[in-house]
Amino acid sequence: MASMLELKKITKRYGAFCANKEISLSIGEGEVYCLLGENGAGKSTLMNVLYGLTRPDDGDILMDGQKVAIRSPKDAIQHGIVMVHQHFMLIPALTVLENIVLATEEHKGVFVEKQQVSARIREISEKYGFRIDPEARVCDLSVGQQQRVEIVKAIYHQCRLLILDEPTAVLTPRETEELYAIIEQFKKEHKSVIFISHKLHEVMHISDRISVLRNGENVATLNKGDTNESELSAYMVGKPVDLAVEKANICPGEVVLKVGSLQVKSKKGNLAVKGLSLSVRSGEIYGIAGVDGNGQSELIQALTGLSRSESGSVQILANDTTNTAPGRVLSLGVSHIPEDRQHMGIAMNQSLMNNLILYDYRNPEYRKGCFLDWGKARRHAQHLVEKYRVKAPSLNQNISYLSGGNQQKAVVARELDKGPKLLLAVYPTRGVDIGAVEFIHKEIVKARDNGCAVLLVSSELDEILVLSDRIGVIYEGTIIGEMNREDATVEKIGMYMAGIADRTPEEKLEA
Amino acid sequence: MKVHRAVKPVLSIFLALLIGAAVILLLGENPVTVYGVMFKGAFGSTNALAGTLVKTTTMIFVGLSYGFAYKCGLVNIGIEGQLYMGGLLCSLTAIYIELPPIIHIPLCLLAGFVGGAAWGAIVGFLKTRFRASEMITTVMMNYVAIFFVSYMVNGPIKAEKGTYPQSEPILKSAELPTLIPKTQLTIGFLIAIAAIVLYVLFWKKTAVGYEMEMVGSSEQVARYAGIPVDKIAIWSMAVSGGLGGLAGCMEVLGVQHKIMEGLSAGYGFDGIAVSLLGNNGGIGIFLSSFLFGIMRYGGNAIQMFTKLSVAVIYILQALIILLVVVDVFKRSKRREQHVCH
Repeated sequence: MASMLELKKITKRYGAFCANKEISLSIGEGEVYCLLGENGAGKSTLMNVLYGLTRPDDGDILMDGQKVAIRSPKDAIQHGIVMVHQHFMLIPALTVLENIVLATEEHKGVFVEKQQVSARIREISEKYGFRIDPEARVCDLSVGQQQRVEIVKAIYHQCRLLILDEPTAVLTPRETEELYAIIEQFKKEHKSVIFISHKLHEVMHISDRISVLRNGENVATLNKGDTNESELSAYMVGKPVDLAVEKANICPGEVVLKVGSLQVKSKKGNLAVKGLSLSVRSGEIYGIAGVDGNGQSELIQALTGLSRSESGSVQILANDTTNTAPGRVLSLGVSHIPEDRQHMGIAMNQSLMNNLILYDYRNPEYRKGCFLDWGKARRHAQHLVEKYRVKAPSLNQNISYLSGGNQQKAVVARELDKGPKLLLAVYPTRGVDIGAVEFIHKEIVKARDNGCAVLLVSSELDEILVLSDRIGVIYEGTIIGEMNREDATVEKIGMYMAGIADRTPEEKLEA
Repeated sequence: MKVHRAVKPVLSIFLALLIGAAVILLLGENPVTVYGVMFKGAFGSTNALAGTLVKTTTMIFVGLSYGFAYKCGLVNIGIEGQLYMGGLLCSLTAIYIELPPIIHIPLCLLAGFVGGAAWGAIVGFLKTRFRASEMITTVMMNYVAIFFVSYMVNGPIKAEKGTYPQSEPILKSAELPTLIPKTQLTIGFLIAIAAIVLYVLFWKKTAVGYEMEMVGSSEQVARYAGIPVDKIAIWSMAVSGGLGGLAGCMEVLGVQHKIMEGLSAGYGFDGIAVSLLGNNGGIGIFLSSFLFGIMRYGGNAIQMFTKLSVAVIYILQALIILLVVVDVFKRSKRREQHVCH
């Protein structure tokens, strides 16, 4: 295969930190090339270099054997390189057509030839099986559809090389399958794809060749046929990992969290949680499985007092906490690893230290009158960093400079060190590297063994199965199926997740 | 990186002086002479230095006022109004209540603080109750305050003698004692320094300071952590307004010895610039207050001894702010790129 794009010894430093160390790779025509690596391994930096978002300190980019200078995304697009970011670059209030027109520059005079563009979009949609209505407003589209709009935009730009940055993170399993089909179509047309991911099974499924990045270096480049998932994960973390977590037998105690027929509206105003009931006992992990957007966020917001519920009740340790203030919920011994780390879990413009002592400052032990005992607070923060192995150059480091995994470890440290009676762990390992996943899982199990009641929300079935003692599947705002871990299978949960309710005992007898 | 942060405001000031020099040249004056006049006007004699420090005192309070709200994530454009309301309550106390100085002065300051604080708290309340942007309401409240004072000094508290719209002079017991005799430099300057020390202590050492800072850096995180965000917002607007009110006290008790229309020459708006230039920190605010004091007081000399008007000073101020703001913009952009990897 002729190599279409070649990166030669790309080096990018941020101060003393080396994000990319002499990374070289080449991508052939019609090849799906996968970049695999933990968070902070340097994947995004490398792609930003390729897409003209940052300049490398050293190294060359070659297209079709010719050295090219890519100084901005505009240059990249001119060379046929288009990137689909994790966060889409679309204007929600505009239609698909308008968004695509905006991104093109071929206006003839003042007027845009909408008809022509529209026809082109339909043509592309049909060819790839996108089913996209050019007149639909972007805000009315699902996340998966929005991603397809981005891909249409790329094709519209005559793209030869499509960069997909963790494209499946936001997709349902079905949408993921559809994305794979689109990628296959790309290959048929001799177009290439760079696929960034840290999910091994995806990588093994879709790619032709794989490069594993670790600490800014390309540690291995492999053909798919010559490798397997465990080898790849070993390259990623530098040591073999054990996804399973050892757990002692369950010995649940009293009911800690009791939710009764709870109804919660979403921000858009529709009912997102529709009469949901569940209870979690101390010493057990209750896992809520389900496709994102089935009311998980709204449920947690209502439990923590961050939003009001319409009706129903919430009890924590026999206290009625329905529609109570967040401060009171926390004071009952509740910890919360939030869904949206970057907006809720940590203050991005603050130091690691200030983020770690988010609760301590209220604790009389850390106060001298109205003054904070900073010495004590610092010692505690230091203790947390060591105990939970948060990698950071110093406590004063701005937390936004830490990798996603270390940011999440800081959150976990803060939330678990309180010794909570109830832990709400919402997507606790989302966007986190394997090493940190393992660590966070162990800590959650440890909390449960110490008698904490854990409500786990995750869309990763593996995670649910590894951690949970009991599993409830959420679908359109209610728990449509509940089971003990021993009775759970991937197929069974999958059925529920798709909204296919359990058969009643009578039906089972008939079958 | 750290050196950068401290050096950049200095660089902006230097650049502003340079561009200002070009403007002065265009106006047909020698910049060296003009700047010389300004510095002589600001430092040339004991009187000059005292005058500069008097301006500095007011600048410190308005700067702290803006900085306080800003650190809590609020933009207080209403310092001018808070200054007037503080000044009004302060002067009422100073004119109509007879007390020995040792009680009278603190009581006047307290009244001024409360006046400004109440004016600020209203904004905080509107913000938390009705989600009204404080940037808009503070500006509106300025007009209300300025016209209310205008009404008061034209009617209810107008001095019986004379035609000017101004109040009776304040009682001697309420006048701030001078530090240098026959100048307007009073213990107000020391109070301002004390305010800076308290400001620094508050943000660096106290638990409430930490709490407010977290609210300022992310409201969402603060809510998540169970911090009563609304209450904090109202309090921070109150304290910010109170500091603005104290600026009014300085003018009333130390400089004018009465209240009248035009009590403030736009000092409230200078507060924004002072705080911005000082990066909202205590020491930064002190230094930039001093600079603004020099420009304000030295600017008078420019008006007196050269052909130029005091507007040259406004050009300089504007340039400094512009350069600082542009700088901030650059810095945050670089930070974004850092996060990417």
